[in-house]
Amino acid sequence: MEALKEQVEEKKKVIATLRNQPWRMKRRLVVLKEAQEFVERFEGALGKGRGRKLYAFKVMMAKKLIKFKRDFENFKTACIPWERKIKDVESHFGSSVASYFIFLRWMYGLNLVLFGLMFGLVMLPEILMGLPYGSIPRKTVPREEQPTAMDYSVLFEFGGYCKYSFLFYGYYDHERTIGLLQFRLPLSYLLVGVGIFGYSLMVVIRTMARNANEGGDGAEEGDFTFSWKMFTSWDYLIGNPETADNKYASITTSFKESIVDEQENQKDENIHLRRFLRVLANFMIISCLGGSGYLIYFVVKRSQEFAKSENANLSWFEKNEVEFVMSLLGLVCPPLFETIAELEDYHPRIALKWQLGRIFALFLGNLYTFLFALFDEVNAKLESEKSIKNSTEWIYNQYHANYSSFFNTTDVPPPAVHPADVIRGPCWETAVGIVSNIQVTYLTILIGDFVRAVTVRFLNYCWCWDLEAGFPSYGEFDISGNVLGLIFNQGMIWMGAFYAPGLVGLNVLRLLTSMYYQCWAVMCCNVPHERVFKASRSNNFYMGLLLLVLFLSLLPVVYTIMTLSPSFDCGPFSGQEKMYDVVMETIEQDLPAFIGNIFTYATNPGLIMPAVLLMVLALYYLNALSKGYQQANLDLKRKMQMARDEEKNRRNNKDSTNQVMKDLEDLLPNKSLAPPPIEEEPPPDVVIEKGSKSPKTKPGAARKGVNLQKDVSLAAPNPRAPVTRAPGPRRGPPGNARGPQPGPGRGRGRGGPPRQ
Amino acid sequence: MGNKQTIFTDEQLDAYQVRHLQLHGRYHELAPHLVPMDYTKDPDCKLPLALIVNMPELKENPFRNRIVESFSEDGMGNLSFNEFVDMFSVLSEMAPRELKAIYAFKIYDFNVDNYLCKEDLEKTLNKLTKEELTPEEVELVCQKAIEEADLDGDNKLSFADFENMITRAPDFLR
Repeated sequence: MEALKEQVEEKKKVIATLRNQPWRMKRRLVVLKEAQEFVERFEGALGKGRGRKLYAFKVMMAKKLIKFKRDFENFKTACIPWERKIKDVESHFGSSVASYFIFLRWMYGLNLVLFGLMFGLVMLPEILMGLPYGSIPRKTVPREEQPTAMDYSVLFEFGGYCKYSFLFYGYYDHERTIGLLQFRLPLSYLLVGVGIFGYSLMVVIRTMARNANEGGDGAEEGDFTFSWKMFTSWDYLIGNPETADNKYASITTSFKESIVDEQENQKDENIHLRRFLRVLANFMIISCLGGSGYLIYFVVKRSQEFAKSENANLSWFEKNEVEFVMSLLGLVCPPLFETIAELEDYHPRIALKWQLGRIFALFLGNLYTFLFALFDEVNAKLESEKSIKNSTEWIYNQYHANYSSFFNTTDVPPPAVHPADVIRGPCWETAVGIVSNIQVTYLTILIGDFVRAVTVRFLNYCWCWDLEAGFPSYGEFDISGNVLGLIFNQGMIWMGAFYAPGLVGLNVLRLLTSMYYQCWAVMCCNVPHERVFKASRSNNFYMGLLLLVLFLSLLPVVYTIMTLSPSFDCGPFSGQEKMYDVVMETIEQDLPAFIGNIFTYATNPGLIMPAVLLMVLALYYLNALSKGYQQANLDLKRKMQMARDEEKNRRNNKDSTNQVMKDLEDLLPNKSLAPPPIEEEPPPDVVIEKGSKSPKTKPGAARKGVNLQKDVSLAAPNPRAPVTRAPGPRRGPPGNARGPQPGPGRGRGRGGPPRQ
Repeated sequence: MGNKQTIFTDEQLDAYQVRHLQLHGRYHELAPHLVPMDYTKDPDCKLPLALIVNMPELKENPFRNRIVESFSEDGMGNLSFNEFVDMFSVLSEMAPRELKAIYAFKIYDFNVDNYLCKEDLEKTLNKLTKEELTPEEVELVCQKAIEEADLDGDNKLSFADFENMITRAPDFLR
């Protein structure tokens, strides 16, 4: 009974692993049929006696589950959006360009989830259950702005009706609970805001971990250079002749490079020159970055002064100076960096990383200067808010005093002022949201390539030199620029999402259109890179950048949540001292008492310090563990290398021993009867010998450790393969062997290798 | 189940577990007059090498002939439908690494002797670079490749050598 069960299990396992076996299809089908029949026949028999029906039922459910899972997998694969488009791009441009689109698609998925969270938990409740537009001051356009509220230019700047809608922070009411369900909106707002960061962090780190695992065992770069170049450089997904030609050319170039490298290991002076050039290039680039940082700072300061002066007297240029300068820098600096990087002479993959790093630094400088400017603005708004708050309170007290003295009551109804006329404080959070929105829409690099392609295509007919072949020709797809644009865009979203909930939705739309637009643009306006290289490990590099940007955009938001006090008349936290007071309030009022106690204990420094210490120790321990593993890896590698060398040495020794022995024996007179040196009996494997040029090959000799007894029929029956037995056994009767053996000293001991 | 076209019986579909009908469509359009629409009786028809290497996925591949040959039973490149499915399932992204390694070895083994000897490597290299390298360069590269990967010192790469080298390659899965 048990044995039968085991057999059934075994057959089931065979069925499950059938796909991984390198068998012919026919064989697989036959084995599958056999195994399935066996299982069916005996599975029923196992359930004899009590519980038979139950057993049969379980089996049937298991089968159904497997089928369901398989269908679901197929469905999931069919559901991946844009798969065909991306494969198209890949076959034309290679895998590094396609990796950008895969990244874009991943980003789209992330934003979709964030949007779902924001929309479902914050925007929808406010729209459905909150007070409608126009009912309270914060939700209405103020009287002075009403005439221009619908103007296109105002709407474009996110002013007017846009500003006082659910897209921005200022719209949300600070009532503790709203609607029938007692939905706690302020709490949900805060938690969703923090949750967005938490989710993004988790997803990015999970993707990084997955990429790192797929990266292989991490053999060093230098180990198998030529073998890898030979066997893995062809990109099997290329289906387009132009790309294929490029690929051939780049493979050839890469081989030539490695050959040259191999032959020129000893040149010293080149190293010094190269180092000097690299230092020079880095110096130039750092000075460029410094210059651009200062320029932005200068422009932002000027724009602040402009803002203080009369708005109407400024020209368009002066009003939009900041954005103009930033776009200009974004267009000019990357190509500049690329040309300077020519001095450095790196492999294209490494050069791409440097380029990405430098552009990152450029944008980082821009970002932080922009943040400081914004911060100044926020502070200014806070100041003015104080004065408005004071004046509002004073007016209200006046009204109260007048009313009670006039009507002689203490029950004073609220002033009957239309919401549009109420004095409004400057809502700094909404201002931040608006600025973020504008920044996002300005980060477009898409236009450049298209314009370039159109000019080249159409001007070619009437231009002096061949535009297509020489300068400017069609652009290559700028991977680094686009990736960084995407990453920084996402950083802006993260920063602004807290202050403008609608921003995430806007971004989803933007990514969607960008996907379609760029897929189309790349196919019609770009040419494949001259040096087609693989993306391979760059994916983790992008993820690393994204993680960095996530942290950087987390900082300002957390800072403002913790330190700045919210505006007193707009947003879900108005009236509180600090934004996180909402959480405290909820804990005190909504949750049972003992949870409040737990929190009080948990936030005690006496508990937090040991927890932090423990985490630091855990980090240290894990680090030491991983170092230990790396060391063990190295040792094992070294052992393998030693074994290999030993094997080769032994073979060498055999040869030379044989040579010596042969000479010795030649010297001895009449010793044809002496037994030849003992060679080991060859293993009864099928040994195939080709015309080998190297004298070291000894097919009959020990091929230990390499036992090819796999159940694999690798070779089709092919009349060309000479399957010969090792010549060793032919030397059976002693003395026979040496007679008919003339010949060069090496390679003796064989009955003459059978040549093809 | 349902009213799909009756090209295959349900058991056959069940057994294959892949995107069978689409592959059949592709196979059929390669030679519509040769390939029957009805596979329920397990017909025996093979498509010659020349037709298959013209598929867009394979057309630009320098190893297309070897790929098709290594999946065909008679070694000459004539694929029956089963072998066709086999080929695409191994080339797909879902195939496990070990399986790909085995078939990669077969593909690069031009003289089908279960070893990658120097001629095999030379042929591979020439196909990859469209014969742009000089003979000395070719010789150097092949020599170095064998040096790097050969573990048992017999101056050619057996499957174990090849597998050891290829599973560490970061670029392998394509």
